[in-house]
Amino acid sequence: MVKDQEFLKKKASYCLDLAKKLGATDSSVVVKNSVSETVNFRNKKLDEANRSDDLGISITTYVGKKKSSISSSNLLSDNLNILIEKCLETTKNTPEDEFNSLPDKDLLAREVKDLDLYDDSHIANNQKIDYLKKLEAAASNDKKIVNTESSFTQNKSNFVLANSEGFCDGYKTSSFTASSVTVAKDEKSMERDYEYSSKCFLKDLDDADELGNLAANQTIRKLSPKKIGSEKIAIIFDKRIAKGILSTFASAISSSAISRGTSFLKDKVNQKIFSDKINVFDKPDMLKGLGSRNFDSEGVKTDTLKLVDHGILKHYLIDTYNGKKLNLKSNGRCGGTSNLYFENGNISFKDLLNSNSKSLYITETIGHGSNIVTGDYSVGATGFLVENGEFKYPINEITIAGNFKDIFQNITLANDLEFKYATNSPTMLIEGMVVAGK
Amino acid sequence: MSNFFKKSDLSRKEAESIISDTLQKCDDGELYLENSKSESILLDDNKIKNSSYNSDLGFGFRAISDEVVAYSHSNEISKNSLKQSSENLKSTLKSVKGTYNHEIPKSNKKYYDNINPIEQKSLNEKIKILNDVNDYLRSKGDKVKQVTANFLGEQKSVEIIRSGGETLSDVRPLVRFNVSVMVEKNGRKESGVYGVGGRQSYESYLKDENWKSVCDEALRIASVNLESKPAPAGEMKVVLGPGWPAILIHEAVGHGLEGDFNRKKTSAFHNLMGQKVASEGVTIIDDGTIDNRRGSLTIDDEGTPTEKTVLIENGILKNFMQDRLNARLMKTRSTGSGRRENYRHIVLPRMRNTMMLSGKQTQEEMIKAVDKGIFAVSFGGGQVDITSGKFVFNCTEAYEIIDGKIGSPIKGATLIGDGPSILKEVSMVGNDMMMDPGIGTCGKAGQGVPVGVAQPSILIDKMTVGGTKL
Repeated sequence: MVKDQEFLKKKASYCLDLAKKLGATDSSVVVKNSVSETVNFRNKKLDEANRSDDLGISITTYVGKKKSSISSSNLLSDNLNILIEKCLETTKNTPEDEFNSLPDKDLLAREVKDLDLYDDSHIANNQKIDYLKKLEAAASNDKKIVNTESSFTQNKSNFVLANSEGFCDGYKTSSFTASSVTVAKDEKSMERDYEYSSKCFLKDLDDADELGNLAANQTIRKLSPKKIGSEKIAIIFDKRIAKGILSTFASAISSSAISRGTSFLKDKVNQKIFSDKINVFDKPDMLKGLGSRNFDSEGVKTDTLKLVDHGILKHYLIDTYNGKKLNLKSNGRCGGTSNLYFENGNISFKDLLNSNSKSLYITETIGHGSNIVTGDYSVGATGFLVENGEFKYPINEITIAGNFKDIFQNITLANDLEFKYATNSPTMLIEGMVVAGK
Repeated sequence: MSNFFKKSDLSRKEAESIISDTLQKCDDGELYLENSKSESILLDDNKIKNSSYNSDLGFGFRAISDEVVAYSHSNEISKNSLKQSSENLKSTLKSVKGTYNHEIPKSNKKYYDNINPIEQKSLNEKIKILNDVNDYLRSKGDKVKQVTANFLGEQKSVEIIRSGGETLSDVRPLVRFNVSVMVEKNGRKESGVYGVGGRQSYESYLKDENWKSVCDEALRIASVNLESKPAPAGEMKVVLGPGWPAILIHEAVGHGLEGDFNRKKTSAFHNLMGQKVASEGVTIIDDGTIDNRRGSLTIDDEGTPTEKTVLIENGILKNFMQDRLNARLMKTRSTGSGRRENYRHIVLPRMRNTMMLSGKQTQEEMIKAVDKGIFAVSFGGGQVDITSGKFVFNCTEAYEIIDGKIGSPIKGATLIGDGPSILKEVSMVGNDMMMDPGIGTCGKAGQGVPVGVAQPSILIDKMTVGGTKL
């Protein structure tokens, strides 16, 4: 069982009290417990069962404008005593930074809404096994599938965030995740693909058959890929790739990248960075949302932000430290975005496929090719050639490249947004990128 | 050396008896205990941004029967917690009937000293070096707009207790010193990164103001990139410089030669043992035994002494890298490649220091042999799709080659290739093998472990360069 709020709060206040006694002018602490159980299947047989119980604490102490932090998985009092003592000693020896401080008191979250983030139901390992049996049966139906690896994880977490300004709150969250990775083979090639479902509530999880079928079909259709020539061509990003464009956007507008001057979006607030029709929201209070939260990792309240309004950048993602540096108030984004998404576009998926006589539909990218200093983008890719709205054949061993400043201005979105991850995008068309192949 | 049972209500004897009882009918398994201490001190934007210390303690209990692995971990070393883990393992492996394999090779060799690098340099000394780095780089001219530098240090003590009470232990120091610099000229921004590290004290890497050469290298890369033009797009010849560019070897063939993917037949290499997978003259080894290297280990995380494993010899595939589980199922022996990020994770076969050995040609000969291509000197990261064999890596310093001469620097581009065929495209192997500076971390199944790479300059006849210039 995951530890209750009372236990976590007791540990938190012990640390705050001790830090104060040892000379801290301010301090904050996070205590977190996470219990997860995973069952893995391979080729329709049990492969691995894994249980983990993680308890951890992290403490930040301030002496005036000096700051330092420690973390540990050992919560016994004598260990905490040693660590907090060490933390204060380090704090006193660390140079001052005028921007170091706890959040402004009036920005702290006052009420904790029930966002429906915790499901009390427990799925025992033998029930996980039943689900995985069904999933793997579906996934290995076709003879071309030569290997299946599937997994079911139940995670229950609880945490408390407390600081010396009197903030002390936390809540339980749960997640149930099923995934399947399949390998398909024919005379010419071997390919791998996957499908996945993750939900706060067990009953919302995708059906096992459906998940297995999807994983298998997505893999089989990749067999016998071709390599194409190098050219400038319209690119369509599948939803699971399109969300990555939003993640890069989020790192480029984080207040730390802005205040350090290491982002291509510095000084772009109130400027048009996307095409006219693009709206981007970050909405923390979605019920059962995978990125939902009541407050950020400093305890600051989080409101919904319309980050991009008709192509115009409206906000950075601001935490306390970088906010003070930029002379802006924290908007509760320490630790990043919550439920970040592009609002739907106004054409259907089908019309998007048809909008060019020839395009590339990308289902996977590999490599870390996003540079937020320059905005340059270059990654390896796998996908399909689309002609007149039809998937013609699979392609691989190509790269796609461009610069985000241009990419953002050339995005068209379909109207098929789903909330499958914490960051979500409809299917995305981008004109003007360069494909390198043969 | 950590005494894991000192402050616990669990005695070593009691632990041994729970371990032996749990594993008696299993094929393999062990209790893995770990105590790690780590620090991070970061200078950024003219200030010490972060000084943090982490202490982590816990165990992972593993039982294996045939192909099935049961694992349970906790950060509470107590009688109750170990018993609960034992129950978890037993409930997964209900009717086991294996024979525990007690055999584990022994060695007295050690590849690093038992030190705690964090304690060997005071906080004030570390802060002083970071401030010196900042002042030094910012004194190099107005174009330097941002400097980030950090120290990462760790001491990890591990103990492996096997059924019957056999105990193996290791204390592993690890440090890394990194500098990143951003420069700006005429409104254009570029960055450069460099670092050093390994399993020694900070001082071994930073003495005689060696930190200055780390700064110089980061600044040199950033400055080169200020002059870079768009990279070409398409298939062409590629010359790779020596050292760190060997992450090509790591991605292109290293992962594909790990035992688990080959036992499961999901690697593009699984049916190529004994066959020619690389040009003649290409020999690749994975070596855990080089003194003080980032990827070296005295024993792996299952207690097996590490070794120098020949993967490809003169173009022929010779060995996969194995942990105990995959070795047993493939009827071979562990190569001492069983590793885990920490006690929260299961063991997987992983690389240590992956190296292509020197050949006979010079880098000049390679450049001369290229009419149109690129010369890649430094890289960011890479990634591979094990099954299709396709891999990428990102250049952070590269130049065009025209008519046998090095031309202008080109912008960071991704290079993509096919693992099983790329080494057959190697037409020259240089005589200048070099180790990387000690900064690599390899990710697999969500676990990061420190690794090393090495290679000489090589000429690859055909690779796709992912630039924007058609």
